[in-house]
Amino acid sequence: MWYYEKKLQYPVKVRECNPRLAKYLIEQYGGADGELSAALRYLNQRYTIPGKVIGLLNDIGTEEFAHLEMIATMVYKLTKDASPEQLKEAGLAPHYVNHDGALFYHNSAGNPWTAEYIQAKGDPIADIYEDIAAEEKARATYQWIINVSDDPELNDSLRFLREREIVHSQRFREAVEILKEERDKKTIF
Amino acid sequence: MSHTNKKYWYPYVSPYDPCKPITVKSYPTPPQLYMGFQPPNLAQFETPKQALFHGTLWPALYSKYDKRGDET
Ligand SMILES: [Fe+2]
Repeated sequence: MWYYEKKLQYPVKVRECNPRLAKYLIEQYGGADGELSAALRYLNQRYTIPGKVIGLLNDIGTEEFAHLEMIATMVYKLTKDASPEQLKEAGLAPHYVNHDGALFYHNSAGNPWTAEYIQAKGDPIADIYEDIAAEEKARATYQWIINVSDDPELNDSLRFLREREIVHSQRFREAVEILKEERDKKTIF
Repeated sequence: MSHTNKKYWYPYVSPYDPCKPITVKSYPTPPQLYMGFQPPNLAQFETPKQALFHGTLWPALYSKYDKRGDET
């Protein structure tokens, strides 16, 4: 189970009403390498991975939900009270007619989130390598979003999220080392 | 330095597991995890036929895989 703290992991500030930026950011909300994919991928893989790395998947999976909330807050603030006209200008008319101002799990191009974005092979090495790849792809996505964003306050939060991907990648790499270790060598079977 | 091709772990067993618990599980740790850059002049199989049948020229990269349950 989880305990909930009614605050964000890192503050989110948005300078101006900017639905176009929200359209880009939604990639990290419901996109293939986004935070929803990350959280669900890790928390699901936990069950069948060797005990020594269950805790890591649990902790990182949980943190991904904290990131998801940060992205949601950004998207919400960037679009809150924007007129249909403004949304249309930002290329968000299709979103508007389907969801009004509500958030939804889809990527920048409007494709709905799908479980095909994530995997659980059951082979611990394959699963952890997928996780490392996912972290690097998320890091890249944050880079490209920062490149197209001119909101300095938002970029500060995005840089925080990018850094977390780096730390997660490092931890998963350590998990591979743990899985590779020669331990509990079986003498009788 | 040679590494084992398989590791074992001992999953938690609850007193309430309805299926008969498997107390030892294994997972493959094939050689590419350990090699880094392949060293030059790595020993090769003795005959081309052996290499062909193993799928690699180098025994050090060969990972034997047995059906689960046929393990030795
Ligand atoms: Fe992450």
